Amino acid sequence: MTEEGFENSPGEVQAAGLDAETIGELRQIAARYPQARSALLPMLHLVQSVQGQVTPTGIETCADMLGLTAAEVAAVATFYTMYKRRPVGDYHVGVCTNTLCAVMGGDVIFERLKEHLDVGNDEITDDGRITLEHVECNAACDFAPVMMVNWEFMDNMTPESAVELVDTLRSGAEVRSTRGPRICTWREAERVLAGFPDDLADEGPAAGPETLVGLQIARERGWRAPDPKHAQQSAQHSTRGEQ
Amino acid sequence: MLTPVLSDNWDQDRCWTLQAYEDRGGYRALRSALEQQPDALIDLVKASGLRGRGGAGFPTGMKWGFIPQGDGKPHYLVVNADESEPGTCKDIPLMLASPHTLVEGAIISSFAIRANYAFIYVRGEVLHVVRRLQRAVQEAYLAGYLGKDILGTGFDLELVVHAGAGAYICGEETSLLDSLEGRRGQPRLRPPFPAVAGLYASPTVVNNVETIASVPCIVDNGADWFASMGTEKSKGMTLYSLSGHVRRPGQYEAPLGITLRELLDLAGGVREGHQLKFWTPGGSSTPILTDEHLDVPLDYEGVGAAGSMLGTKALQIFDETTCVLRAVLRWTEFYKHESCGKCTPCREGTWWLVQVLQRLERGQGSEEDLELLLDQCDNILGRAFCALGDGAVSPITSSIQYFRQEYLAHLEQGGCPFDPAASTLFATAGAHA
Repeated sequence: MTEEGFENSPGEVQAAGLDAETIGELRQIAARYPQARSALLPMLHLVQSVQGQVTPTGIETCADMLGLTAAEVAAVATFYTMYKRRPVGDYHVGVCTNTLCAVMGGDVIFERLKEHLDVGNDEITDDGRITLEHVECNAACDFAPVMMVNWEFMDNMTPESAVELVDTLRSGAEVRSTRGPRICTWREAERVLAGFPDDLADEGPAAGPETLVGLQIARERGWRAPDPKHAQQSAQHSTRGEQ
Repeated sequence: MLTPVLSDNWDQDRCWTLQAYEDRGGYRALRSALEQQPDALIDLVKASGLRGRGGAGFPTGMKWGFIPQGDGKPHYLVVNADESEPGTCKDIPLMLASPHTLVEGAIISSFAIRANYAFIYVRGEVLHVVRRLQRAVQEAYLAGYLGKDILGTGFDLELVVHAGAGAYICGEETSLLDSLEGRRGQPRLRPPFPAVAGLYASPTVVNNVETIASVPCIVDNGADWFASMGTEKSKGMTLYSLSGHVRRPGQYEAPLGITLRELLDLAGGVREGHQLKFWTPGGSSTPILTDEHLDVPLDYEGVGAAGSMLGTKALQIFDETTCVLRAVLRWTEFYKHESCGKCTPCREGTWWLVQVLQRLERGQGSEEDLELLLDQCDNILGRAFCALGDGAVSPITSSIQYFRQEYLAHLEQGGCPFDPAASTLFATAGAHA
């Protein structure tokens, strides 16, 4: 697809592919910060939500708005792994293959999915539905092996549940995150990351079972933090008590 | 033995909402803080002994005290919510379950350091956490806890939730600041430290999520109460995250100084039929420990004396089915991928470390490669621009220290002597690729 209208008249950003509404939203993002350049990361998230990837148009538009060169913006866009320079599927499927998840089964899951979807790392399926990528530690190690779909948690996965998950995603049926809402599309997710909430905050649980395991033990055994009223006395002795 | 404070409301119905948080006394600490002098709050946090929970353990009150006062410049608070250190999984569940604990802490902390603008820099790869933070901040604005003239005290504060875009290095505080300024996340030369020239070259405090979330309970219950938990130099309670080959992985909030033996007892021990082989005390950047270290007090001093670091208290447990070389190689590949490229020892060094480790894993090379690895590590440790390089060598040097024989076994057998299927969680289910 060719893009026309690349030249912008001064003071008026009219880039092809980004409509007036998007331009307005990019300006809104810039206005959140004491210095507009701070908005660049969320602006690039918005570009991805509108265009499905970071495009040359998106880069030029952000550059124009922030008084930067396209090279400066491209330097930022290429630094961060969440920015994609190729089309991404409706569902970005990440498999954690950092050490702990890999050992617990992430490597097997990733191999199984590559085979099942017939794609390599960071590649998109023929139907354009799924991009598969191995991801680094996503701060959910107590739920290993962990997968992420459009950056929502899919906890305690197995090769079988992983295959079932991607098949369900491809079928278009609803999928729910184990600690979040129904999975939205990758573009919708990028819009939230740009700072435009989607009103799904109240969906999903407060925590997964693993998150609560210590709290439940404390409840069962009646353990709690010291009573603040007695802090004065107990401050004399450490709660570990031995000293 | 366990002391739920930060996690105490996580089993409450809809605990992420303002309503639920206030029902349990939420924002009471904010009201009381705003009646005090900012300096009194800094003194309170100093007296509590609270130390940074992001890994380094720097005294929080002292960090706040470094902010110059009356300098005429804007001050900033930046919450480091870029939790990415392998094994670390405490801040994400905290923000998912109780984002208001963090928001309240951020408002009090901003007031203490006289900041009128604050940011929560949250990694982008946790969409629902971003949603919960956005909602909590919106609720706080509507309740008059944020914005202009907060609770009629004349204090103004804007709080922005800022999503990152995937870069481990942005957890390093000066890289985070560059990233928050819309640049590549690369570390800055220090000095000047952020307290003097941070965000937009203005005085800035960068604190971890758990650190800031610990502030409201200190304001509420007092410095003595907080200091009554923990050990002599490591005060208070903290979140320990157990993961890997344990029966009940998860979050355990306990006073600093608990041991892995005690935590493993609570967690039901290593998975059935297996034994502890090695573990990280605080993420992959902290040197690994073994079953010799089960009784090391998990506080800043205790783990340091054992030759490692408390770090983020991310206790990754590996049993005897795990190949230590495979684990270390994977971490090293991670550091290579996440090296920002700014300095040569880290950028080139991590690449070479991967080459040598891969060769060893294939059972090629020779015993001299172990000395080569240690020499490479020696040329990275302390010579890199930021702590990423130091972290990259920790698993290598510590694993060679404790498991040299296992490296050699790869050479003797011409490859890895372990069956990776045996360490998976579904090993017994007979699932194979």
